[in-house]
Formats: sequence, structure tokens, C-alpha cells
Amino acid sequence: MTNQEENVVVMKGIVKRFPGVLANDHVDFSLRKGEVHSLLGENGAGKSTLMNVLAGLYRPEAGTIYINNRMVNFNSPLDAIHAGIGMIHQHFMLVPSQTVTENILLGLEEPRFRMQLGKYDRKVAEMSERFGLKVDPKAKIWQLSVGEQQRVEILKMLYRGANILIMDEPTAVLAPSEIEELFKTLRSMVGEGKSVIFISHKLNEVMEISDRVTVLRKGKVTAAGLAARDVTKEELARLMVGRDVLFDLEKKSQQAGKVVLSVENIWAENDKGVMALRGVSLEVRSGEIVGLAGVAGNGQSELAEVITGLRKCTQGVVRVAGDDLTNKPARQGIRRGISHIPEDRTHVGSSPNLSVTDNVIMKKYDQPPIGRGWMINAVLAEKYAQELKQSYDIIVPSVRTPVRLLSGGNLQRVILAREISSTPALMIAVQPTRGLDVGAIEGVQRLLLAQREAGAAILLISEELEELLSLSDRIYVIYEGQIMGEVADGDIEKIGLMMTGVRQEQIEARVGGVAHD
Amino acid sequence: MIEETPSSQPQRRFTFAIRVEPRLTETASWYPALLSFMAIVVALLLGAVIIAAAGGDPISSYRHIAKASFGSLGVFSDTMVKAIPLMLTGLACSVAFRMRLWNIGAEGQFYLGAFGASAVILLPILSDKDTPRWILILVMLVAGMLMGALWGFIPGYLKAKFNVNEIISSLMMNYIAIAWNNYWIFAVWTEGGFQMSRMFDKNAWLPRLTDFSKTVPAFRGLTTHFGLVFALVAAVIVWFILYRSRWGYEIRLIGDNPKAAEYAGISITRNVVLVMMLSGALAGLAGMSEITGVVHRFQERISSGYGFTGIIIAWLAKLNPLVVVVVSILFGALLLAGREIQPSGIPKLIQGIILVCLIASDFFLRYQIRIVRQGED
Repeated sequence: MTNQEENVVVMKGIVKRFPGVLANDHVDFSLRKGEVHSLLGENGAGKSTLMNVLAGLYRPEAGTIYINNRMVNFNSPLDAIHAGIGMIHQHFMLVPSQTVTENILLGLEEPRFRMQLGKYDRKVAEMSERFGLKVDPKAKIWQLSVGEQQRVEILKMLYRGANILIMDEPTAVLAPSEIEELFKTLRSMVGEGKSVIFISHKLNEVMEISDRVTVLRKGKVTAAGLAARDVTKEELARLMVGRDVLFDLEKKSQQAGKVVLSVENIWAENDKGVMALRGVSLEVRSGEIVGLAGVAGNGQSELAEVITGLRKCTQGVVRVAGDDLTNKPARQGIRRGISHIPEDRTHVGSSPNLSVTDNVIMKKYDQPPIGRGWMINAVLAEKYAQELKQSYDIIVPSVRTPVRLLSGGNLQRVILAREISSTPALMIAVQPTRGLDVGAIEGVQRLLLAQREAGAAILLISEELEELLSLSDRIYVIYEGQIMGEVADGDIEKIGLMMTGVRQEQIEARVGGVAHD
Repeated sequence: MIEETPSSQPQRRFTFAIRVEPRLTETASWYPALLSFMAIVVALLLGAVIIAAAGGDPISSYRHIAKASFGSLGVFSDTMVKAIPLMLTGLACSVAFRMRLWNIGAEGQFYLGAFGASAVILLPILSDKDTPRWILILVMLVAGMLMGALWGFIPGYLKAKFNVNEIISSLMMNYIAIAWNNYWIFAVWTEGGFQMSRMFDKNAWLPRLTDFSKTVPAFRGLTTHFGLVFALVAAVIVWFILYRSRWGYEIRLIGDNPKAAEYAGISITRNVVLVMMLSGALAGLAGMSEITGVVHRFQERISSGYGFTGIIIAWLAKLNPLVVVVVSILFGALLLAGREIQPSGIPKLIQGIILVCLIASDFFLRYQIRIVRQGED
């Protein structure tokens, strides 16, 4: 911030709190005219929150925002749009049955009554020509590809006079060729004097497109406004995942037992019908914690779902303790002792309006002693919930309280209590500590280690590298649905490289090459 | 909603601001009940203003309504007769809505229940004169519920198999049901060309209180029939299913969070079909009890929209089967008293106002209103 006049956006000391989470902790950010400034960080680091504040969607608890050196106070997204800020969300906000032009005009004062579509079609066409955003103004949205729809969103913002464009993980939905297109567009817009904030957790793209990079981690800035050409991918990876090991966890050394989970050559699609897993194979033995590292969205969630029977795989075999569970219903896995701590606590792992009791019996209600023939033994269920409340320190006035009223940490304890108390043979833990405070994190990690000592096989999927390093016996790294390699010595540099798509063989070849020199 | 940010506003225009915030803590257990009560009080006050504006005397109008529906044993009995089908259709909707399955077809299922019960006598399957009464009634009950369940099964199966929107399909099934009944009424079972079947033999009627007036003279003329027992037993059973059974747990879990249910290994498609069938069976039972308890013959227009009123009752009762019973009695009273003062108009208006107030009162369950001083948060 040497040259004040250059800055079109300055955010100072932004604080945004959500129940139980400090999403932005005194964050400073600045954007210069005519630059692409990337906001890098893991999922949940607070990138989107910060930008939602800038776009007027959230109101910060503290902090000030200056646009073109004037202090602003946005009460709604409309205020932000008037100030020239346009945000393009991950999920497009378009009307599928209307044309491109109609979508662009939606909600504007002009045209007033007569649509005069022909005239506006031409305007839109001119504009798309100017910024290299190729799209037919007369086409209906549903006929367009995802990449084209994104262009419509960008045009929408440009048409509203946006000078500052916020792109929230724009490449997540795009094919590689479309990403190239998008980058071209971004460059031409910057050339016209517009400024772009590019939110991403993909290092390659950030390196390619940005002028400067700000890295967020757990709601705090770890690096502000680094010039992209002065920094390496490895440095950024380290800033993003951090390497400060917070806890001294006592991890007993123990010999892993026999193979509990074996996954062979799994292929599976994600919800959008794109191959998310492309031939994943791995093994987890009893009494060991195996970590799966990787930047979010590289197939981790899909893998967890395939193993637990929530997603069908198109190819491959899942075996648990020798039984073939490939594409079997979820209940069979539960019966065979698979427990699953899902990534999404509120939408998958719990039922918000049901009581704590109803939530802890979710996987036990149909078996004795709690399930008794047709009935549920309510007295026993409540007693069981009481016991769990005691032993897992769930802070809640009564076990009849609906779980939507619980804090994030307490809700996670409810889920852990349920999943661990069934003494699982295999545990799939996805992001078990995400969004929790320090104390709660340690509690969860201790519980996982206790399970390891009890002989459970644990697959720990996490984006917290330090957590993986301190808990796991071995770590696999996944990238774009493929396993890049396996690390047993906790070499963070190696893991970082594999997370960005370098295969283990390549790294070893490189090291070998150096040795030969 | 007035909102001011504390720090960035140089000049304070308001010292106080009213804030509407979502409730993050549990409300006291008495709070919802008090809220509903206050909503009804407010509704009656609003109604009083309107009656007064129309030139009526609100107090005497209300007194009249109360007298016309609860004033004597006789009218209370009539209130109950109206309440019985409402209880059953209310239960039918509550069960389905619990699973967020929008069964709008209780009306058609009611008609099919009436058809099923009548078919036992009119086909005939059993003779209404010679069969022992309890066997006859039991068979009619089963037939009514089965036909209702069948009518629920169709949209349920379509939803489970082809993801057909159950709101549309169950609604359309209503019209088919009415037309189906009319075919039998006009073409097959008509009595001398009238659009009704012959009267059933008394042996096929559900016992009414007045049937016992020989032993208990006070029961003379009371038409409350045995369907009330069906409805009350059904309410208890449905409550039991929902809150104490494994199946009910699955229903509640799917209704609250289908993803969590899948994660817990529960089959959603299977439950969609089963719950639609249970819902249909309950509405069918309502039709059966109306035919055998009140109408005593198969004819047109046996329902004054019971299936649709059931939807409203289910919501007002917050889908609680036991509260459905109470709400149904209140609605029965309004239906009855309505005809006492005016064929339509004021009574319908009061019904509507109560409904709106009750639904609006939900706002206070989910949000709290806080008056804050500037700068404080």
C-alpha cells in the first residue's frame, strides 16, 4: 500500500463472526486498479466470507471498507453494485428459461416497459465482443455450457458498470479449455482498467493469473499482497496450509494389524456427472490412522461416499474386512462396523430439528436393545443419550434439545459420540475438526487416537496438513481423483508438491537426478 | 427493520433500533401454547371489530357461536359428528407432512374409502342384513382403508419410482376419485334413477349414542357415532407410530433431513410408498366412517372438503396427532356454528382470521424482537 491513489479497494480490520466460528479475524486487504489479486486459502479459511462482506452480502462486526478512498457502508448487495463491485458466485444466479439478454437486463430500471430486445441484444453483443466474452445474446440460458453461463454472469456485472469483479472459485466448474478462455477474458478486462479479485485454492491457476496474492488461513492473513512472480508455489502452499504444529499429541507407536479397508481402482462420478475418482486404490489396516491429503474438491468427499455406500462407483472394488461392499446400500456398511464422520455436519451428519437423543440413535435405532421389534425403547434411548452427553462432554441443557441449537463443536461431539460409541472396525473421518476451536480440535484428535489404540482402522480425510501429520501413520495424497503417492515420514515439502499434482515418482526422479549430479 | 451499524456511522440518527433476530435458544415449553392462545384471542378481537363495523353486536354473536356448537349436549354431539372426519383426514395429512410428503389427495382417498365400504354391501360382498354386525363393520373398515391406501399408493409409487411430484398427482387423483364414485352412484347402484344408492340396513350402521337411549335416556337424539372411537384410537396409534416406533423414527428423520436419513442407511423410496399408503388408509377410514356413521348410503357430495380442511388442521396442530383431535373439534364447532348464524360470511371470516393469526404467530417462535441501544450489540 505504498501508493494510496492506486488502491480501488481497501479493507481494514474486518471481523466477521458466525456462531462458533471466527470467519474473519481482523483481515486487511487491498486491491489496486488494473490488477488481478488472488485470495488464496483452504476451504473455510474465510475467503468467501471476506468477499461477501465486500459485496454487501454480509455485514462485518468490525472494520472499515474504502472504495476509491471513500469510506463506504454497504447495507445490501445493491449498495455494492452501485459502488461498482460485482461478485460472481460459484453458483450462478440465472433464469434458465430466459435468454442471455433478458438475464442481463433482469432487475434493471431500463428498459422500462417495452423490452426492445433487439436493441439490447446488440448492446450485449458489442459488450461481449469488447471483452472477448463469446456468447449469443439470443440463446436461452439452459442451452449454454457452464463456461458460457459464467460469461453471462460476468457480462451481467459489466453491464451494471462493475469496475471491481470478485470471482468466487470461478474455475471450479470449468473444463481446462474454458479456464484458458476465462483467463484471457480476465486479462482483457484488466487491460481496460478493471480490477479483479480471484478466489481460489488452486495454486497453479493463482500463479498463472495473478499480479498479487493474499493468503488467508483460519480467518487470518498469513501473507498480504505478495507479488506473484516473487513467490514460488511451494512457499504459497506452506502459507496456505501452515506448518505450525499446535499440539503435542501422545501417539503411541504400535504395529498395524491386518487390512480392514481395501479399495481397488475406484472410478466414480461427482454430482455434476464428471469423473471425480479416477482409479483410486488404497489400504487401511487395523490400529492405524491413514491420512488422505489434498486440496478440497479433488475427490476426497466422493471417495468417502463410495466407501460408506452413499455413492455408486462405476468401476472398482471396495472390501471391508474381506467382504465385498462395492455399491452395497449404506446400511450394510453400518452393520459391518463402518462409522462415518461426514464432512457436512448439519446437512448430512445430523438432523437439525430432532433431539440429541434422536440424533445419537441414528444408526442404532433398528437394533436391540434400543430398537425392540417394531418399537424404539424410548427410555433406554434417552439413557444412552445421557451417557454419551456425560462421557463426551456435550454441553446441552437436555438431551431433548433439538441439535440445531448446538454450537459447531458440540454438534461435532454429538456426531463423534454416535460414531465412536459403536466401536467401529473402520472409521471414515472427513474434516473432523473443521471449524472447531482449539480446545475442541484437541478433544476430537484425542478421540481419534483412542480409536486407533482400540484397534480401529481409520481413514482421516483432511485439508489440515498439520493435523494429518500429527495423527497419521501414513499419508496418501490425492489430486484430481488420483493418488499421487504415499508418504510415511511426514515430509511436508513432498506432500505439498503432490497436492499440486506432482507424482511421487517424478519427485523421486528429481531427487535422484540431483544426487547423480 | 431498522438497522444501523454502530462504528461507521458518524452521526447517530436513532438512539434505539428494533431488531428482529432469529431465535438461537430453545423457547420455554409453555411458550408455543401461550402463543397459539394469544393468536386466537387476537383473531377474535379482530373478528369483533369487523362484526361491529358490519353493524352487529360482537359479544352476542360470539355467545351465539359458542352456544350453537358447545351450548348443549345435543349441539356438542353435532360438533363431534363434524369433527370425526376432520380428525381422520387431519391425521392422514399429519403423517404424510411429517415426511414432507405433500399429500393433497386426502379428499380423493376419503371418497375411495367411502366407495370401499359401500362396495362391501352394494356389490354385494356381504349381506347387510344377515352378517353379524361386528364382522360387517370390520370388513367395511378394512375395505375402506384398503381403497384409501390404494389411492395413496399410486402417487406414492409414482413419486418413488419416477419422481413424479406428489402434489400434482395426488391432487389429480381427487378428481378421478369423485368421477369414479359418480360412475357407481349414477350407473350401477342408483336407486330408482336418483343419484344415490339404497339406504343400508341398520345392521350396517355404526352404533350411535342415540341407539343406547333406552338404557341412558340422556343419549336420546345424539348422533355421535362409533367413528369417534376410530378417530381417537387412530390418533393414539399415529402418535405411537411417530414417536415410539422405528418406522416413525425413520419418517421423522426423512422429514427433517433426507440426507441424514440416507446416511443412516434408511431407504427413502420405500418409506415414500408406505407413508402415502398409511396416509391414504387414514383418509379412507374417514370416508368409511362418514358413510356408515352419518350418510348410511352411497351418494354424491359426501364430503364438504374434509380432505382439504385436513391439510389446514394438520398444520394448525403442528403435525402433532393428539393436537389434531383438539383442533378438529374447534373446526367442527366452527363448521356447525357457521350455519347457525349465517350460511357464509362472518363465520367463514372468523375461521380465516383465526387461521391467519395462528400461522402468523409462528413468526414469534422462530424470531425474537430485541430493542437495542445504538453502539451496543
